[in-house]
Amino acid sequence: MPEVAHAADRRDAAWWIDRAVQILVLAGGLSAIVFIAGIFVFITREGAGFVFDRFDFREFFGSPRWTPTSSHNPTYGALALIAGTASVTGLAMVVSVPFSLGAAIYIGEFATGRVRETLKVLVELLAAIPSVVWGFIGLSIMNPLIIQVFDVPVGLNVLNSGVILGLMAAPIMTTIAEDALKAVPDTYREAAEAMGATRWQVTLKVVLPAARNGLVAATLLGVGRGFGETMAVLMASGHSINLPTSPFDSVRALTATIAAELGETAAGSDHYGALFVLGIFLFLVTFAINFAADVFVRGGQRKHRRRGRRPAASANP
Amino acid sequence: MSLPVQVGETADYAIEVEDLAIGYHGKPALTGVTLQVPTHEIFGIIGPANSGKTSFLRAINRMDLMTAGMEVSGSVRVEGRDVRSWRNPYALRQRIGVVFPLPVGLPLTIYDNVALSSRLRGTRKKADLDVIVERCLRRAALWDEVKDRLDSLGSLLSGGQQQRLTIARALSQDPSILLLDEFSIAVDPVTTMRIEEVLAELKSEMTIVLVTNLVQQARRLASRTAFFLTGELVEVTETETMFEGGAQDPRTTAYVEGKFG
Repeated sequence: MPEVAHAADRRDAAWWIDRAVQILVLAGGLSAIVFIAGIFVFITREGAGFVFDRFDFREFFGSPRWTPTSSHNPTYGALALIAGTASVTGLAMVVSVPFSLGAAIYIGEFATGRVRETLKVLVELLAAIPSVVWGFIGLSIMNPLIIQVFDVPVGLNVLNSGVILGLMAAPIMTTIAEDALKAVPDTYREAAEAMGATRWQVTLKVVLPAARNGLVAATLLGVGRGFGETMAVLMASGHSINLPTSPFDSVRALTATIAAELGETAAGSDHYGALFVLGIFLFLVTFAINFAADVFVRGGQRKHRRRGRRPAASANP
Repeated sequence: MSLPVQVGETADYAIEVEDLAIGYHGKPALTGVTLQVPTHEIFGIIGPANSGKTSFLRAINRMDLMTAGMEVSGSVRVEGRDVRSWRNPYALRQRIGVVFPLPVGLPLTIYDNVALSSRLRGTRKKADLDVIVERCLRRAALWDEVKDRLDSLGSLLSGGQQQRLTIARALSQDPSILLLDEFSIAVDPVTTMRIEEVLAELKSEMTIVLVTNLVQQARRLASRTAFFLTGELVEVTETETMFEGGAQDPRTTAYVEGKFG
């Protein structure tokens, strides 16, 4: 007589599938960590030689002289590159924060029905425009426009790339900011409106404070995007090493420097290592920005949901 | 203790509803409601789910303006004036306090929750706001529990406390009408009794419409009670009469005796 397992012990197909899926998603999750760690190890290893042999902290962060190809006295001062990236990103935020916040508030709080749906699709479409196209716009439209309007000799500068980058970052920031507004429960809006608050008062006094963390996170992710953007900045910034003193100065960004120079260097040379150190610096900064954004998002979630998240399925015995 | 039904001038009524019908996207939710609520009365509304009680409240403070697909016909007069003739519906809503079934502590501090309405109307002075906040929290029987943590988040209070916060917030509007929609759903019985005591006191200052899922609550508080059933007003009767078997309609008697619903 064949032994039939008791129903309480019989593991059926559903049980095995559940098991397999748990292992698969665990592998997926771990692989993300492995890749990030792998990237970090790689760029650190490539830059390590330079850091130990040649790296001079004061020169790197204090000198604007980036002349790695000089035959008799190569210098590796990244200050101008950092200033270039920072000035372009800063201007981009000045452009994109009001636009994206306004767009998110309109889509999330004021627009209704078809207008709202259409706008959402359009904004998401804008976010999908490749950065080289934005660079092209900077080069062929913004450049002559700036020369004409401001009467300056060169139109490829902080202003050009800042505006381009701002327009690039705005759709993503709008989408994230709108998600943050949507996460605010409608009961809050209804309660405030029932008190006689106008739509704008509801937005200003209730919705925006409630969504504040998500909005900060949206801005930070926009900053991260600006910091890491390469192609559009390379094309629109003028790509000349400069400590900018006005928006009409051409600058060069960290990312653009790596993109433009890495192909010209001999692997293992000082120049090669220096570019990887720029990469490490970029990695750390964007990591810090994304981490900060994440902290803000979590802070925002805690505010609305008193009860904790549903606990994840416990591992099977 | 039932008030005599006043038949007098218009101004004696806080709310007059005539032939009110409400629908959503063309589907009727409430039809043919005609009733009057005298000033300074607690007016009870009972009835099972989907009988149109909440829709009725929403028509009074013109929430239909912000509810997609909600259609209202007939007339609702507040203090003698048709609510649809108010060119500024926000001003109408300021005169009407609303308490929702589930407490909504706004994600602001306790202080800011209660000060919000006054601030919206332009009160800026801290001293004035302090007075308003304390008075309203005291009247909602919440002051003693929160006076030491007015700057913590209102949305983190317990359900019963949040509901009293909501009532304090409604009182801060200095309303002439208070609409309560099944306020005790998420509130423990002890807190419910405390809120009921508060309501009984407030009656001298404002008109209260109490929609309730607890028929005994209507009996304890309301001088007259309306029975809504599947989108229809069955009757409006003196509460005591209704509960002592004197209802005009057998369905009402069956409902208050707990035979259905």
